[in-house]
Amino acid sequence: MAYKIFVDLFSIWKPYTFPSPLAVIKTLIDLVADNTLGIAIVASIKRIIVGYVISLAIGIVVGLTIVRSKYLDENLSALILGLQTLPSICWLPFAILWFGLNESAILFVIAVGSTFAIAISIESGIKNVNPLYLRAARTMGAHGLKIYWNVIIPASLPSVISGMKQGWSFAWRALMAGEMLSATKGLGQVLMVGRDLADISQVMAVMIVIIILGLVVDKLIFGRIETNVRHRWGLDRA
Amino acid sequence: MLGLIIENVDKTFISQNNNLHVLFGINLKIEKGEFICILGPSGCGKSTLLNIIAGLEDATDGKVLLNSREVRGAGPDRAVMFQESALFPWLNVIDNVEFGMKMAGVLKEERSKKALKYLKMVHLTKFKNSLIHELSGGMKQRVALARALTLDSEILLMDEPFAALDSQTKNILQLELQQIWLETQKTIIFVTHNVEEAVLLADRVIVMSANPGKVKKDFRVQLARPRQQESLDLTYIVADIVKELKEEVEKVAKAEYDSDWNIKKAPVLSDINNNMGIGL
Repeated sequence: MAYKIFVDLFSIWKPYTFPSPLAVIKTLIDLVADNTLGIAIVASIKRIIVGYVISLAIGIVVGLTIVRSKYLDENLSALILGLQTLPSICWLPFAILWFGLNESAILFVIAVGSTFAIAISIESGIKNVNPLYLRAARTMGAHGLKIYWNVIIPASLPSVISGMKQGWSFAWRALMAGEMLSATKGLGQVLMVGRDLADISQVMAVMIVIIILGLVVDKLIFGRIETNVRHRWGLDRA
Repeated sequence: MLGLIIENVDKTFISQNNNLHVLFGINLKIEKGEFICILGPSGCGKSTLLNIIAGLEDATDGKVLLNSREVRGAGPDRAVMFQESALFPWLNVIDNVEFGMKMAGVLKEERSKKALKYLKMVHLTKFKNSLIHELSGGMKQRVALARALTLDSEILLMDEPFAALDSQTKNILQLELQQIWLETQKTIIFVTHNVEEAVLLADRVIVMSANPGKVKKDFRVQLARPRQQESLDLTYIVADIVKELKEEVEKVAKAEYDSDWNIKKAPVLSDINNNMGIGL
């Protein structure tokens, strides 16, 4: 309705700068029908999962190392915070130089994009664990790795999960940027094709798919974990 | 020798501006199975002393011996109950109670059997699958007590465990604690600032003085058990101890407030016209 009013009646927007919902839906169906979208989604999801797992692994190791060592904490924390504010696509030139124009370059950009957010959340999560829990655990004979596994990790989980969620959205952005610039398949590339062919409804269609995918992952995975943790801790009883 | 010996324990907190001498030459002998209350004004270092016994803090000087062995670091041979329950919110009630045994590597079956036994002792088996935030303050302390009992430690250290509870809940728990102490025959060291509570519970009440914290007086409470809050015998001993404690409380207050602070020693309270009872 709003579209009809603005485009047809007042001609404020031109149809080629703002596609009609019908055209978008039609393109979407076409993309699904010739399987372009399916292949693109599978390729993108594969990339982001691999990239995200790499960044999780690195983020956890970096986060834990910083917590363990005061020296590293004092010297590295500012650097990591700085690196986190740097949009990960800035790394693409480096990535292409180091890995070439291929899969690894994109994976690198994804990993760099989200690993710092994860590392920072792990660091702050562990630092903010209520010291009373640690004291209680120590009087019950927990020490070393046991204290990490049974107290520190579960106690820092709420903050770590929100960091992982943030990391996921950074990874998603990095993936799109990377695909738009240097991929042969994937959602970002389909979107780029739309741009190259001046087919604005294809661009719009891909954008919608990206939003839906993001929402689905957020609701189905992170949302569930988060609700579960909040319920356990009694944080949902406002 | 059996029991707990505290030998010449000193504790100084060193900071940039001034060194705070919290504990000074504490010497105490606590026999196996005794119920000791450590009583003192706030800031006299009673919680610090308890933490040193627990091994959560190190003494600057002196040592703590448990059955002739020096205590180093925290360990399950000295269970601790804190003012806040310190239960883990990510575990349910029974998993919390099992935590100490899990750390000791006890098998799951035996763990849950023993956890249930102690949950029964604190009357909370109904809530074994509840989450921690679903419990009231008094129930949380019961769970914390059950968790501490599962460690099978000879010593139970309690740091004002009932201070945050309402007085009815507190009264019930005090009575039950006496019962549990008789059943389990543990050595209990109980820190409190409440004189009535100390006299009700303890065999011996250790009154501490402040700045620096020293043992001021050691009262023996030889009254029949179980003791009730409303028992008149308690009041005599309470009066004795309050007298002793008052000095210390004033000393601490003087150190904290402005220099012109003084407790009013007026024998009677008169109204603004000083006409005491004239209108009667």
